[in-house]
Amino acid sequence: MYHAIVFLPLVGFLIAGLFGRLIGPRPSEIVTTALLFVSAFLSWIAFFQVALGDTPMLRVQVAQWMSVGDLNVDWAFRIDTLTAVMLIVVNSVSALVHLYSIGYMHEDPHRPRFFAYLSLFTFAMLMLVTADNLVQMFFGWEGVGLASYLLIGFWYQKDSANAAAMKAFIVNRVGDFGFLLGIFTLFVLFNSVTFEQIFPRVADMANANFRFLGVEWHAMTIAALLLFMGAMGKSAQFLLHTWLPDAMEGPTPVSALIHAATMVTAGVFMVARLSPIFEYAPAALTVVTIIGGITAFFAATVGLVQNDIKRVIAYSTCSQLGYMFVGLGVGAYGAGVFHLFTHAFFKALLFLGAGSVIHAMHHEQDMRNMGALRKYIPFTTAMMAIGTLALTGFPFTAGYYSKDAIIEAAFAKHSAAGTFAFIATVVAAFMTSFYSWRLFFLTFEGKARWSHGHDHAHGHHAHGSHEGVEHDDHNHDVEPAHHADHEHGHHGHGDHKPHESPLVMLIPLALLALGALVAGIIFHHDFIGEGYNDFWKGALYTRPDNHILEEMHHLPGWVPLLPTVMMILGFVLAVYMYMLDTKKPAQLAAEHPLLYRFLLNKWYFDELYDLIFVRPAMWLGRFLWRTGDGRIIDGLGPDGISARVMDVTRGVVRVQTGYVYHYAFAMLIGVAALVTFYLFRGAH
Amino acid sequence: MLGFGILSGLLILPLLGAAFILTLRGDSEAARSNARWAALITTIITFLLSLVAWGRFDTGISSFQLVESHAWLAEGIAFKLGVDGFSMPFILLTTFLMPFCILASWESITHRVKEYFVAFLVLETTMIGVFQALDLVLFYLFFEAGLIPMFLIIGIWGGKRRIYASFKFFLYTLLGSVLMLLAIMAMYWAAGTTDIPTLLTHEFPANMQIWLWLAFFASFAVKMPMWPVHTWLPDAHVEAPTAGSVILAGILLKMGGYGFIRVSLPMFPDASIYFAPLVFALSVIAIVYTSLVALMQEDMKKLIAYSSVAHMGFVTMGLFSMNPQGIQGAMFQMVSHGLVSGALFLCVGVVYDRMHTREIKAYGGLVNRMPLYAVVFLILTMANVGLPGTSGFVGEFLSLMGAFRANTWVSFLATTGVILSAAYALWLYRRVVYGPLEKPELQSITDLNRREMISLIPLVLLVIYYGVQPGPILDAFAAPTDALMKTYQAALTTIQTAAVAVH
Repeated sequence: MYHAIVFLPLVGFLIAGLFGRLIGPRPSEIVTTALLFVSAFLSWIAFFQVALGDTPMLRVQVAQWMSVGDLNVDWAFRIDTLTAVMLIVVNSVSALVHLYSIGYMHEDPHRPRFFAYLSLFTFAMLMLVTADNLVQMFFGWEGVGLASYLLIGFWYQKDSANAAAMKAFIVNRVGDFGFLLGIFTLFVLFNSVTFEQIFPRVADMANANFRFLGVEWHAMTIAALLLFMGAMGKSAQFLLHTWLPDAMEGPTPVSALIHAATMVTAGVFMVARLSPIFEYAPAALTVVTIIGGITAFFAATVGLVQNDIKRVIAYSTCSQLGYMFVGLGVGAYGAGVFHLFTHAFFKALLFLGAGSVIHAMHHEQDMRNMGALRKYIPFTTAMMAIGTLALTGFPFTAGYYSKDAIIEAAFAKHSAAGTFAFIATVVAAFMTSFYSWRLFFLTFEGKARWSHGHDHAHGHHAHGSHEGVEHDDHNHDVEPAHHADHEHGHHGHGDHKPHESPLVMLIPLALLALGALVAGIIFHHDFIGEGYNDFWKGALYTRPDNHILEEMHHLPGWVPLLPTVMMILGFVLAVYMYMLDTKKPAQLAAEHPLLYRFLLNKWYFDELYDLIFVRPAMWLGRFLWRTGDGRIIDGLGPDGISARVMDVTRGVVRVQTGYVYHYAFAMLIGVAALVTFYLFRGAH
Repeated sequence: MLGFGILSGLLILPLLGAAFILTLRGDSEAARSNARWAALITTIITFLLSLVAWGRFDTGISSFQLVESHAWLAEGIAFKLGVDGFSMPFILLTTFLMPFCILASWESITHRVKEYFVAFLVLETTMIGVFQALDLVLFYLFFEAGLIPMFLIIGIWGGKRRIYASFKFFLYTLLGSVLMLLAIMAMYWAAGTTDIPTLLTHEFPANMQIWLWLAFFASFAVKMPMWPVHTWLPDAHVEAPTAGSVILAGILLKMGGYGFIRVSLPMFPDASIYFAPLVFALSVIAIVYTSLVALMQEDMKKLIAYSSVAHMGFVTMGLFSMNPQGIQGAMFQMVSHGLVSGALFLCVGVVYDRMHTREIKAYGGLVNRMPLYAVVFLILTMANVGLPGTSGFVGEFLSLMGAFRANTWVSFLATTGVILSAAYALWLYRRVVYGPLEKPELQSITDLNRREMISLIPLVLLVIYYGVQPGPILDAFAAPTDALMKTYQAALTTIQTAAVAVH
């Protein structure tokens, strides 16, 4: 069964990828989607057996990968509760996104390719979450990176999409650099890369030291820190986050699947999977907490002022990933994974909802050109409202259980880092509520800022400075023109009124909305409550002195209330600024231009990195090429010598470089003569 | 049959093909076509014969197999052939790549067609000879003789600056090998033989090892090529015809690494330990330096050539890390790089044949008209980047892991190559393949034809297959690596006891 779960998407990929042009788009869509639904169905069975039932942890060997000296790497699955949770998240969301894409992409000429990529992504992600060793995890890790690269750059005509794809891959590679070194460290320490063999021995190594780069480190700390670097790249944490907003260049279903629900949570999964190692590296956990806290806060501040509907949600994702890491960092692994689980539902819902809006608006993504859509697309509006409620943590929705649990855990940690993370996440909760409702009001309420018959396809932004200061980077906020042109030809009746999406797009929305509403209330008991031990069965390791889940239930009364209060305050402020006094935002932006620009330009990280990494690398490359290779090595080496030789010989012989044969044979004869001479002299 | 075994057969077959082509009269279209077919058939038969040899080869044992020896120059210098786990995969790689080279030259070579194929077949013999020779003199002879056909291929059928490139190539490699010749003579006088199996058990005095090691290093480092003697490679690649580049990157570069594993490491273990830091330093510089240089290239072939230098840096680093992961990883990296870079040069050849330029700027948006080409190029680019699931990953991962065990600094710096390689390779891909197809001269460019598919698809499949199942190649390296590790354990123990004695 596990073979089927993992390999069916691969089969789908191969069919759509190899024969897509032969069998046509519709069969490709049906085959890949159907296989994914089978896979998702089987995943739920696995979830019931492993997580809710009492099937013990099992290992499924597929094949050997490589065996060199004492290094043995297998292709194998490790199935435990953590894997089962990830299986249902990945396969359910992926199946729904496949279904949704049939509607969303129905005008694109490259549908077989799109569905092939989606299935390839799912396969790689499944390899990642089922990995039984670090190297296979790295395989999946890079595989999802490849799929993400291909899907971000799916519309390869667009230069901005190609740039974003490349950026995503390279920034991820920076993280992978750490991941690789982390794998090496663990291998040197344990002589193995298999979880089964590493985890039981971590306790023996608790006090071991490891010499890395000439410095004596606490072994588990340096290993955990290096691995966490990988997680930072994949999960877009502060410093390595710059690729995620740009990744919104990809089609919206991709954003929902890869850049919200699954791939970006791989880092969270990795830390949870390696909880036995992180538990013995308290310093590393502190770093995880702090980075998570900073990301949650930072991304939320940027999300406050973005105008592109997808970018707001992207920053929200980034911020929520920060929450998850805070949960992991304070030792509440269950809470981190629980938030991963619920977040997958409501964030995929928000993205697909945004996709439905974009679809309705004929590929307009700028919220300044929306408004009053509630009347035109009521179903999408309702779904988005549910997603927003769940994200902001409205009582009894999914986010209420998982997000608040993290905030409480941060408080219960009673450490400096924990307190910092507590404050950061509480403030971020306020901002989350504000920007989420801002998005909602700008899009669905107020006055319509689009006009009937206004041609959105050509992407001119009539309302370029809605908030008083002009925008720096919105010239690529529109999905490609050829795509939209196509649509206009297709409809051909000149009616540009926003229209509700087809059923095939609305059904996934409804199912995800259901998940966003009830996932928290159903599962919080198992993930973080009394059912914790029975549910996880040791898949998440906690040291005996880690009582964080226990302490979460004995907090001062105001702490559990605080996130809800923040949620309400954010909502009230959003109502005030975007419903009642709509001049206020522009006025605020004008009054604080520096702050506004700082946030709008994402704290200037792109510019900074360009200045300190990209440009110097290019300059250095050119310098080493022209000066290093050209002037110094060649100048002093072959060219210099031959120039001197030429000077000497010029007067004597006329060098006829035309007859290469002559030189070659002269040299051959010379070599042969030399060899013969020496050999015979030596022999006798 | 006359005392000649299967290995001699591998040497003689291409020469027979060459002789046959030379007997063809005239320069008519029919004669050219005959020459092409003769070359193709010869290389295919040679490949099949090498498969037979592979079938008879036992990967479980570390000693030389299929050995044959004939009296030759003098006592102690014999015409001796044999293979072990280190050399067998390279023989297969050579015979496997040759038919693709012939196919790649099918239409692009238009003048002196017969001579061209003769040169290629002779080149094949010398390359196989290097990997089979069990006598240092024989090894040297094949090692150097291979230069001549390559020199001719670049010099006659190359691009605009072919004369400069071919001389640079020849001078660099020849200067290195003069020192190697001296070293071989010194070894002959010291040990009384140039028989490789005997020399492997001969213990040279430590200070003599230093000099011998340096002399061989001069030759192998140029061939690798290691920084800073790499500058001949980009020029040679740029000017060579497509098939020449394939062989250059696929096989000729591997001779340096093969020389290290055949001569330097096992025969001079003390010197190798002594010089390992030097090799590490040069390897790391090669990886970082050439990756940065590759980033800024404007010529497709030059970019891939520089990336080859970086990849060879992983090889030298792995070899001198002196643990199983490092050595086997480095050897695997060589085989993998032979497939990947060979195929990448074929890819460049595909568009060069159509547009007659290698300027990156001249392309853009090829995916619009060449979707198949885009797929093949993408897979190979990813293999070049070392994406898991392709053969590029296995070699890179293992050699980095080996280096990490030897020295964390080396591995740390070399791993930055993982980031840089992604940068230059993806940037190349983006500039050539993605984007709108705007340039007027590209509007009618055609996708891969059948001949190009036949040459690229098998390579792509192998790259993926060995990425998922590297076992067949890695296992071949296992037995001789074990033997080598024992030599090292012994050498290290001696050094340690010597150190204790001093104190």
